[in-house]
Amino acid sequence: MKEFLEGSRAVAEAVKLCKPGVISAYPITPQTHIVEELAQMCADGHLSSQFVNVESEHSAASVVLGASAAGVRTYTASSSQGLLLMGEVIFNIAGMRLPLVLTCANRAISAPINIWNDQQDSISLRDAGWIQLYAQDNQEAMDFHFIGYRLSEDHGIMLPTMVCMDGFILTHGMESVDVFAQDKVDAFLPAYTPLYKLDTAEPISMGLLADPDYYLETRYAIHDTMKDVLKKLPVIAEEFNAKVGRDYKDCLVEEYCTKDAEKVIVAMGSVCGTIKEVVDQCRAKGKKVGLLRLITYRPFPYTRVYEALKDVPKIAVLAKAVSLGAMAPIAAEIKNAFSGKKKTPQVISSFVAGLGGRDITKESIQDIIRKLTTKEVAQDFIDLKPELLKESYGG
Amino acid sequence: MFGPLTVDPKKSKGGKTGAWRIQVRPQYLQKNCIACKMCVLVCPEGCVSGKEKNAFFTDYTYCKGCGLCAFVCPKKDIVMVEEKNQEEKK
Repeated sequence: MKEFLEGSRAVAEAVKLCKPGVISAYPITPQTHIVEELAQMCADGHLSSQFVNVESEHSAASVVLGASAAGVRTYTASSSQGLLLMGEVIFNIAGMRLPLVLTCANRAISAPINIWNDQQDSISLRDAGWIQLYAQDNQEAMDFHFIGYRLSEDHGIMLPTMVCMDGFILTHGMESVDVFAQDKVDAFLPAYTPLYKLDTAEPISMGLLADPDYYLETRYAIHDTMKDVLKKLPVIAEEFNAKVGRDYKDCLVEEYCTKDAEKVIVAMGSVCGTIKEVVDQCRAKGKKVGLLRLITYRPFPYTRVYEALKDVPKIAVLAKAVSLGAMAPIAAEIKNAFSGKKKTPQVISSFVAGLGGRDITKESIQDIIRKLTTKEVAQDFIDLKPELLKESYGG
Repeated sequence: MFGPLTVDPKKSKGGKTGAWRIQVRPQYLQKNCIACKMCVLVCPEGCVSGKEKNAFFTDYTYCKGCGLCAFVCPKKDIVMVEEKNQEEKK
């Protein structure tokens, strides 16, 4: 049924339909509305999950880790500083191969404190062993939770999924979304059957000491399973597309006007909506511009990216995150996709924009297209204000 | 793919801590022992046994070689000696 919902509310409805046994979260802007809504559903008796109130994000992540280890479907959500406070447990959850789903309402990282959107928080946790999916709109933010649980709980995968949605832009934006009937979700997402669980009748220990004789293999196994994710996710996405009438293709990347394009922008998240509009305007004027939208960032779909971009001469990579002192995260991945390959683009230019919620407008995108020439741009910060910068300290 | 992930719990006897020993191990001289049992009480592994004077000994399968028994012995009847054979640890 179509409903006009705020992004956070839409995600809460999706989580409700997934029927998690345990939810635990600590409020942080811009994630708050999601867990506030879920707490309300539990209080009103519309959702029979156990909602555990905790004193910090570290505890919230620990509660869902424990509950997931005990064999139930679990859910949590966070943002920014909260996600970083979870950091230690985030690595543990993946290391213990627990298939929970977390929503990251993407927000900038302190200091200076900033509550607005960029993608530094989730990108900073890219090496944790989580599958990361980036939503472009509220419908995707909803749907990726169903796909996420199905993928994570697959007995060949058993890795957690982080559904990333841009803070405020999506979480607080109202859009028309399709909310499924419960039986439709149940047909796609069966009840969770744990592969291993903490059980007093058949005791096992999880997350124990692994000395140098064992640790390396635990990491190798996750790395190898990530390759399986690249095969499994398209199969699950195809089934989802067929069952509910969506068109997420393989759910790894979305190719928008890339086939004959001379210039392609690579980006992920909600900014792709803006880029598509600019692409349409350029195409109307006869300019061959396109967009490659990354949906799955971890595992990184190198082969799909190579296939999609191998005939494109000029590529601009737009990131809403930085790796201070090095190339921006997504640009480094895209360059990597072409290393040692026969076909390589003339230029792969790296652009950083929208940090701390600075609006990425259609003009910002036009600026990127203008700067994407035969001369490669090492790292350009779009819409930078030089008047705020001084060489020496001035208060 | 899965690496080592979970283990079945074992009783503490399953953890053969003798393998932790490096360089030195306690030697019970059994000459001036007064059976004060301080070595039994202080051992973190609880692997020292004995009742009569000059009849105390440790189980090298579990002795970590921490040296507390030798340190606490009022008669200096326990001494730390160099570990000779690595195989003896197990």
